[in-house]
Order: sequence, then C-alpha cells, then structure tokens
Amino acid sequence: MEMIKTVDLHKSFGDLHVLTGVNETIHKGEAVSIIGPSGGGKSTFLRCLNLLEVPDQGHIFFEGEEITGKKVDIDKHRQKMGMVFQQFNVFPHLSVAENIKLAPKLLKGKSEAEATEMAKDLLNRVGLISKFDEMPGNLSGGQKQRLAIVRAMAMEPDVMLFDEPTSALDPEMVGEVLDVIKGLVKSGMTSVIVTHEMRFAREVSDRVLFIADGNIQENGTPDQVFNHPTHPRLQEFLSKVL
Amino acid sequence: MHFFEFLQNVIHIFQDYWKIFLFEGVSNTLILTAISVALGTIFGSLVAFMKMSKYKIVRFLVSVYIEVIRGTPILLQLYVFYFVIPQMIPILDMTPFMWVAVALCLNSAAYVSEVIRSGIQAVDKGQTEAARSLGMSSRQTMQKIIMPQAVRNILPALGNEFIMMLKETSLASTFFLGDLMTSCLIVKGATFLTLEPLFIAGMFYLILTFPLSKLVQHFEKKLNNPHSYKNHKKSHKKEANV
Repeated sequence: MEMIKTVDLHKSFGDLHVLTGVNETIHKGEAVSIIGPSGGGKSTFLRCLNLLEVPDQGHIFFEGEEITGKKVDIDKHRQKMGMVFQQFNVFPHLSVAENIKLAPKLLKGKSEAEATEMAKDLLNRVGLISKFDEMPGNLSGGQKQRLAIVRAMAMEPDVMLFDEPTSALDPEMVGEVLDVIKGLVKSGMTSVIVTHEMRFAREVSDRVLFIADGNIQENGTPDQVFNHPTHPRLQEFLSKVL
Repeated sequence: MHFFEFLQNVIHIFQDYWKIFLFEGVSNTLILTAISVALGTIFGSLVAFMKMSKYKIVRFLVSVYIEVIRGTPILLQLYVFYFVIPQMIPILDMTPFMWVAVALCLNSAAYVSEVIRSGIQAVDKGQTEAARSLGMSSRQTMQKIIMPQAVRNILPALGNEFIMMLKETSLASTFFLGDLMTSCLIVKGATFLTLEPLFIAGMFYLILTFPLSKLVQHFEKKLNNPHSYKNHKKSHKKEANV
C-alpha cells in the first residue's frame, strides 16, 4: 500500500532550486533512509512531506489523498505523520509527561487518565519513566530526543519522519537515540529517515535514497546503494563519508 | 540655604500637605498609570498581532501608528489629545483627564505592542514546527506553546514599561490634572517654596518605582536562568511535599 507519494515536487528558496521534480513513493511498513551531501535537498524533501515546507509545484498524496490541494485540512493529516527534528524541539515549559500528553488530549480527545497511561507506557519503552515529572531542561540531548520521538508516537502516527535526528547530539548519545529508532522500525513503523549515520542507514533501511542537486540520484536496497553505487555523485559521496 | 533649614521646610510641608500629595497626587498618578498600562497592554496585544498579520495593508497601517507614536515626543501627543482632538470631535464629551488618559494609553500601546511582538518572535521557530507537526492548528500552537514561552520574555519588559509610564504621567501636570507633579505645583503656589515640594514629589516617585524595579529585576533574574523552568517546577514540588 502506498503511504506517501510525491509527484514532480519542485521547491525554490529565492534563486536556489532546492528540489527539481522529485518523484518518490513510500510504502506502508517501509523504512527508507535518505542520504546525501548537505544542501542537496534531503531535509527540504522530508519537510515537504508534511508540508512544513510548501512545494512550489507538484503533488503529494498521503494514504491516497492529495494533501497539496487548496481545501485540505493539513492539521488532520499531520496528526498521522510524526516528525522528529534535529534540534529536538521539546516544549521547555511543559513537563516530560505533559510534552507527550498535550497533543493526544488536545487533538484526539484522550482523557487525562488515558493520556497519562499512554505517557507512562511510552516513557517506559524508551527508558525515561524516571523522568516523568521532570522538566525537559533537566534532560540530556539524547534524552530530549528520545522524548521528542515518543511525543510524536503518542499521536499514534502511520508514518514517522526523522530529520537528522542525531546530528545535534554528542557522540556518546547517538547510540541510545538510534536504538529507539531501530526499535520503531522493527515494530513495523513506516519511517523516513534523513541521516548522516551511514552504518545505521545500511543496517535498518529497506531502501536508501541518495539525494543530491535537488533530486533522487540513486534509489535501492542498502546493498545496492552502499556496495554497488552507479551514480558518480554517489560514488564520490561514499568515498568521502565511508 | 542651609541644609538644616531645607530639611525643616520639607518636614513642615510634608506635615501640612501630605494629604494632597498622597490622596490627590499619588492616587491620580497611580490611576493614570494603571489605566494607561492596562488598556495599553490590551490594545498593544491587538496591535502586536496586527503587526504580524498576513495582510500587508494591516501591517502597514499598524507600522505607521507605531512609528508616529515612537517618533514624536509624548508631550506633543498630549497636546494633540488635550487641545486638538476634542475640538475636532466635539461630540465626544470627555473630561481633560480622560483625554490625557487616552493619549497615554495610545502611547503605551505602541511601546507595549513592540515588546509583545518581539517576545513572541523570540520563541524558537522549532517550537512552532514541532507543534504544527503534531497536528496542532496555528491558534492552538499560539495558545499552548508560543504564548506561555513568550510571556517570559514579555513580563519583565512590561514591568519596565509600567515604570516608564508611571514617570511619564508627570506630564499630565502640564494640564494641571491632579497627578503627583500637579500636587507639587499646588504646594509650590501655596508655600512659595520650589525645591522642597519637588523633593517630596521625587521621594514619592522613588517610593513607587523602587519596589517595582526591584520586582522586575527579580523576575529578569529568574526568567533568564536557562534552567528556570525546572527550578520553578521543583520548588512547586517541594512545597507540595512539605
């Protein structure tokens, strides 16, 4: 089943043509990693998928429905698309538990008890249950990012979008966050992950996209992309990062 | 003049006229300040949101208002509202005191609106993105995520605005409107002494502003602390435990 489909996506920032007609389909249950050089359009592509960036041209379909149309209630669709950011973006004025409970209570009509139950369960899963009542200011970067992941999970999304989830972390905290993402992928969550962690991408992905110069230059299994790259840009990129 | 004589005069004037200073001067000054800051804050919030409107014409009109108010002396504005506007719109049957209050409100609103706008825009953009990506509407995002954080930027500045206003109401004495400086003029006329009433009025202003500025400083210190969210919460918890 097609989860997300993009047709001929274009996006420019001023004179800079960041996306040059991207066509891609993400299937249900798939884990897709996006790699590529900085400024190549990876993050912009990802941010287009839930319309945090509005494409200048082209169409995006989410679960069969076009979300780039004029009269679309994007908030409804976003509730089913979790997103995790490079800078965590946890809500500093809310406790760890409230960070998780806010959106389900506000948007899905969950009761306080239901939301609390859910928050406990999620925090347990990522090893943060002891931080239940803490403020995010007390957490380390890795803990903040794990909180951000379960905050998105609390909306019970159909797909998770990760925008360089470990790029702002101290090296010793990368592992704990990647483990959480790995667990999610294993549980069958449809995931799109923009990442610089090549080993991780190779390990967890069903498919890897190489995006450079505003479009997908190569698209295949981790084995194809990492071991048998055909595009010269990809060969050059891999020789630098591996 | 000998210092001792000066002090004696001050004491005598205070004994004879303290009721004028306190019940007319201080109370009118406080009333004017409270009205202009309270209404100025309400109107200023409105102006702040208009300044961030998506409609260019609204932004333009509001900018003109802010620039005119901030670019002309407050005394000139008071003259306009005291002499010119009541003549232009004689239908509005308002006392001079009310006209001056209106002028102070409009002045305060222009400054307050900039305080509020910059307080809101100082909240990290990632916060908006995180909230929107969870599916919250822009209104919910503003109410639940942005405003609670913006208030921390706004409150200390608003306190300073209150102090500024308290001092600027002294210009109402230009029209003999019963504020603290008017009391000063009255006592001066009655006693033929200049320095002593001024000294007493100054002391009253200080008594009013000093605790306020200490309060603002206290808030600033508390709010500037990057971990203040956590401290705040913890102290609550401690209280609950005790």
